[in-house]
Amino acid sequence: MRTTQPKNRSSWGLAALGAFLVSSSSALAAGLGQPEPWQMDRQIPVTENARDIHHFEQGMHWLSFGISLFVLGLILYCVFRFSEKANPTPSKTTHNTMIEVAWTIIPVLILVAVSIPSFRLLRTQLSDPKADVIVKVIGHAWYWSYEYPAVENGGGFAFDANIDEDKMPKLLGTDNDMVVPVNKIVKIQVTAADVLHSWAMPSFGFKIDAIPGRLNQFWFKADREGTYHGQCSELCGARHAYMPITVKVVSDEAYAQWLVEGKTKFASLDGNSKIAAAR
Amino acid sequence: MANAAAHTGHHDAHDSHMPSFFARWFLSTNHKDIGTLYLLFAFCAGIIGAFLSFGIRMEMEEPGLQYFSNPGTYNVFVTGHGLIMVFFMVMPALIGGFGNWFVPLMIGAPDMAFPRMNNISFWLTVAGFCSLVCSLFVEGAPGANGAGTGWTVYPPLSTVGHPGPSVDFAIFALHLSGAGSILGAINFITTILNMRAPGMTLHKMPLFAWAELVTAFLLLLSLPVLAGAITMLLTDRNFGTTFFDPAGGGDPVLYQHLFWFFGHPEVYIMILPAFGIVSHIISTFSRKPVFGYLAMAYAMVAIGVVGFVVWAHHMYTVGLSLQTQSYFVFATMVIAVPTGVKIFSWIATMWGGSIRFTAAMHWAVGFIFLFTVGGVTGVVLANSAVDKYLHDTYYVVAHFHYVLSLGAVFIIFAGIYYWFPKMTGHVIPEWAGKLHFWLAFIGANVLFFPMHFLGLAGMPRRYADYPEAFAGWHKVSTWGGHIFALGMVVFFIGVVIAFRSKVRAADNPWGEGATTLEWTLSSPPPFHQFETLPRIVDEPGH
Repeated sequence: MRTTQPKNRSSWGLAALGAFLVSSSSALAAGLGQPEPWQMDRQIPVTENARDIHHFEQGMHWLSFGISLFVLGLILYCVFRFSEKANPTPSKTTHNTMIEVAWTIIPVLILVAVSIPSFRLLRTQLSDPKADVIVKVIGHAWYWSYEYPAVENGGGFAFDANIDEDKMPKLLGTDNDMVVPVNKIVKIQVTAADVLHSWAMPSFGFKIDAIPGRLNQFWFKADREGTYHGQCSELCGARHAYMPITVKVVSDEAYAQWLVEGKTKFASLDGNSKIAAAR
Repeated sequence: MANAAAHTGHHDAHDSHMPSFFARWFLSTNHKDIGTLYLLFAFCAGIIGAFLSFGIRMEMEEPGLQYFSNPGTYNVFVTGHGLIMVFFMVMPALIGGFGNWFVPLMIGAPDMAFPRMNNISFWLTVAGFCSLVCSLFVEGAPGANGAGTGWTVYPPLSTVGHPGPSVDFAIFALHLSGAGSILGAINFITTILNMRAPGMTLHKMPLFAWAELVTAFLLLLSLPVLAGAITMLLTDRNFGTTFFDPAGGGDPVLYQHLFWFFGHPEVYIMILPAFGIVSHIISTFSRKPVFGYLAMAYAMVAIGVVGFVVWAHHMYTVGLSLQTQSYFVFATMVIAVPTGVKIFSWIATMWGGSIRFTAAMHWAVGFIFLFTVGGVTGVVLANSAVDKYLHDTYYVVAHFHYVLSLGAVFIIFAGIYYWFPKMTGHVIPEWAGKLHFWLAFIGANVLFFPMHFLGLAGMPRRYADYPEAFAGWHKVSTWGGHIFALGMVVFFIGVVIAFRSKVRAADNPWGEGATTLEWTLSSPPPFHQFETLPRIVDEPGH
């Protein structure tokens, strides 16, 4: 399934709109799964969750914009209408119950209106659907490693993903990529071996902390094939900026083939090492 | 609000009791001298903090590593900048500086309740700062000097990640300055609750005193939790405990809960005194009493109370349960309501006024707008669902610099332009204050607004190096930094002109709008004021 891109872009700028329209014309376009120069907006969403965030946050930004402009307008009105010259005699009004109640109640109503979609979205994010694929992700200083448990024909291997500085886009490429099938529910279970890290994937609309001694879980269903880049998002030491995340979303056939190839290419995974790594 | 019964007093006769230079400045027990010391200290620390941020901005101007051969040193700069600006610039300026100077003056007290404890509060802060500076020059992470942990000092990076003594120095710095702040908070609470002038009930007390009172309670209740957390960190590092180490049954997330139980009230500790100052400046220059005085006071109380129960909104990505996240989303949004009350009440104070646009008023009005911008992005971030995308990106950096750098720091300058004549008897030329404002306003917006775009595009924070795509906005941001720095030069020139010029400040240079007690005294005030306590009488029609 090809997804349609969101119809409304937020107001941040025409530049972003132009760049977006150009880039989104092709699935392989630059900008999918990575930032673009002068980008003023979110990365192109490729999961339902990321699209929901996209729409919700777009609404929030219009709201923020509106409130900021409203306050700015009031300030400017005061500045010009009630300057020393325009209004030499100040009023002595210090109370107006009606307006004080209004500016308490109206923000409450706005916040209630915001919280309804916010809670709904949060519930979806933290739901626990049945996984088609489970991948274990372990943060190390300073690289990620991925474990694919054995399935019917393939899997049962683990590999490290180190930064590959020769790959483009620079600082975003890894030597081995995490591979997942398109349109399948992928559950990642995240932990860390040494210090805190955070597995972040802007195109999928989430990040989840990698914490020693804890196994965190998040799920996504990417509906567009492509290569997606993210970066470690919790300060983890000197090379924090040099442990990128690359996920390839591929067709079912390509994924099945990769699982088989991986068995020979990568170190095999036995039960013990899984537990050891999870510590 | 209340007005002072005519009282200028005959204090000047006692000025001859002035102690010698050493006794006056090193063994000081005078609240105004200690306030001055705090302001000078905050100023020096601010210069060092600004130097560190200059290093950050220079490095971020272009992708690749230009100035930091070891990216860990960049992390040290980020950490130092954060800790210095929070603990040794904003807090000493707004609480130790303006608080010490003007709380006793505004409530009609001769001094703080515990003058000698006031002195040790200050010197503990200085000692803490020295410890923090030491931490920059001893080994932290293997093979590098300084603590590159971020101001949050999260374990295990601050334990196993930094085997050298640098983090111990940083922890000790927080212990010392924290002890100083707790003593200061006790002093403020005692002073405000017991030493108000006859007739000044709590409900007639100026809003700045209210702000400092709420702030003092926040300090008193939150700092011990930080002290506990970093002490556990210290024993984890040095004595083999495992509070935060899963290998011994501990949990790194426990530290985050403890830290943010302090850390979130801390952000209100930094902004509430600024709220108080804004109220006075807006009221003074609009020639109108503050609109909705009681609502303004209790909005600050509400912000303080709710500020204690929202801490985990800094931790939406650590794997909290749905119920926990939902609660913290809800509680965090609640804070927007009293904050909105304050914003609208300031505007309502201007409404119908007769506004004089002095330099101080420029800063205060600029603050209202910029704080609103920082506030609405705060509401965006409050939504855990969206925070999954924006957490730990430059969007967050933009948000908290809008509320702190363009919020608290703007009001520190507003306070300086408002009270400089009162504190020194000298006058900073208005043109300098206004030019400084416009450079800072434009500079800070060019500096921080593009960070929203970077965050939305996915740029993580605390990165020494970044992909090419982020280069454009980082460059713009660095230009903004230069404009802001130019504004600081104008400020220095203004201060130098003020001290060199022969112009002397009037007792009340701001006219009838300035109704609080400090304006009934001479400029600068006598060494000891209010030896006969002023009596507060009700304003007619109030």
